[in-house]
Amino acid sequence: MIKGDKDNQIAYGNRSRFVTSVRIPHGGRASPDDFGLTFHVATPLQDSVGVITPSSLHYMGTTRGSFLPDIDPREHRLMIHGLVDRALTFTMEDLKRLPSVTRLHFIECAGNRTSSRAKTVQETHGMTSCAEWTGVLLSTLLKECGLKGGASWFVAEGAEEVKGASSMPIAKAMDDCIVAYGMNGEPVRPQQGFPLRLMVPGFEGIFHTKWLRRIKVVDRYYMNYNDFGHLHDDATVAALSYQIGPKSVITFPSGGQLLPGRGSYEISGLAWSGGGAIKKVEVSTDGGRRWNNAEIKGIAHRMAHTRFSYQWNWDGNETELQSRCTDELGSVQPSRAQVAKFFNKPLDASFSPPGLDNTIQPWKIDRDGSVTNGNA
Amino acid sequence: MGMLKVLPLVLLMGSTAPAQSPTYGVGRTPSAEELRAADISIGSTGEELPPGRGTPKEGAQLYRAKGCAGCHGATGIEGRAPILKSKSGPAGSDVDIWKRERILPLRAPFATTVWDYINRAMPLNREGTLTADEVYALTAFLLNINGVIPEDKVLDAQSLPKVKMPIGERYARLPEWKPSTPRLKGYPY
Repeated sequence: MIKGDKDNQIAYGNRSRFVTSVRIPHGGRASPDDFGLTFHVATPLQDSVGVITPSSLHYMGTTRGSFLPDIDPREHRLMIHGLVDRALTFTMEDLKRLPSVTRLHFIECAGNRTSSRAKTVQETHGMTSCAEWTGVLLSTLLKECGLKGGASWFVAEGAEEVKGASSMPIAKAMDDCIVAYGMNGEPVRPQQGFPLRLMVPGFEGIFHTKWLRRIKVVDRYYMNYNDFGHLHDDATVAALSYQIGPKSVITFPSGGQLLPGRGSYEISGLAWSGGGAIKKVEVSTDGGRRWNNAEIKGIAHRMAHTRFSYQWNWDGNETELQSRCTDELGSVQPSRAQVAKFFNKPLDASFSPPGLDNTIQPWKIDRDGSVTNGNA
Repeated sequence: MGMLKVLPLVLLMGSTAPAQSPTYGVGRTPSAEELRAADISIGSTGEELPPGRGTPKEGAQLYRAKGCAGCHGATGIEGRAPILKSKSGPAGSDVDIWKRERILPLRAPFATTVWDYINRAMPLNREGTLTADEVYALTAFLLNINGVIPEDKVLDAQSLPKVKMPIGERYARLPEWKPSTPRLKGYPY
């Protein structure tokens, strides 16, 4: 029996002590590091069900590491200025007076890449998460300020110690960006930007500016430090940044898991795209020779994780499982071989897709039921 | 839709020469002083740069005095924090800029980005404590140890945006972003 404890079970509930799924540092860097800075931590996708990532398990990325700012929301302000008719400063109270939206959106780090060294889906794909976000459309705020002619980019800036800032196209601001104060039914968590986070649906995680304090409307790419970090010499690679392509991964069975024996299993996974809603997911149980339509669970939201499944009868033989998705633009998730061919590079274990990696993830099923990374 | 129905809309749009007015009237107009204090963004033209000046020599002293060396190393390569000096020699030597480390005061297309980042983010835990002169001097020092500017160069609001960075124009521009459009035509997705 679990006894009622005022702090842990009544005031703010805990999960069962038998549930031990946790986030792990990502990319081989300790978090916190020598300086006490928090670095990337990855979501345990192998244990996920449905499409919502619990806020406590949402991945966290910090470009150069960060101390989490401890912001009093009563003191927090969002300033919008630059190429606008009226610069305005909003308190949290002000923002909550304005018309709000509530939408499901994934956030994915540009460093969410599979590799031959990674063993589990948490290591290959754990830098993506999906939550329900509530806030005011950035377009509502920009219309309130009045955009001036020539406004073509905006710079969003956070309140953390490095005051991370990124340039983004004004067309995106007017399309679907959200100045979010709510996440999964409560205020945005400090690790996710409390009290305000800019949601830039479908764009790389770094653009989803945490601890948002300022938006400057400008007439050019502003070459902030974060922008500098995004430069490429190849126009093709540059074009593949910003917006994330269609991507999916099987979360069960996935690397490190074990099938206890032959028989029926529900293959389950997640699909998402920066291009919009997921239209189709296919699963192959024979290493990509034949593809079967997977079932999409519930409604496929735009720029949101979408749960899919495929019921499979394992005959006990060695095989390989793969998934691929198609988004509302008709874009289909590519294989590593396709991407290598496009970039005219040899396909070997060391091949790393240029730009954002949205390639198909194969999971190898051994005769003993063990599951391993098919890219290893 | 008939022409008569379209006409009033066209007239309305044509008459909106004055700024569009706010719908909700929520939010407060910041004062000029509040705007000045908050606007730490320094774009490539350097139009937001404050008055001040600094040289590589002054920057070298500050690099030690302000504790930069403690994290970034005595010469910018030995610390636990990101390296600040290329290990493959100064700019202009044989190694291509894209084959070098991703170091801000070497690969940035504009020297203004170096000034902006030191000013907003350094030193760790004491951000915002450097004076404008000190930021100019540290920027000059870092550009000098990477061979971008000579040792006697004075950086100020006029000269900083004119510093010729080794990368020149050799970086890819982003294609225009449009809603509901794949990023790269012909890419296998």
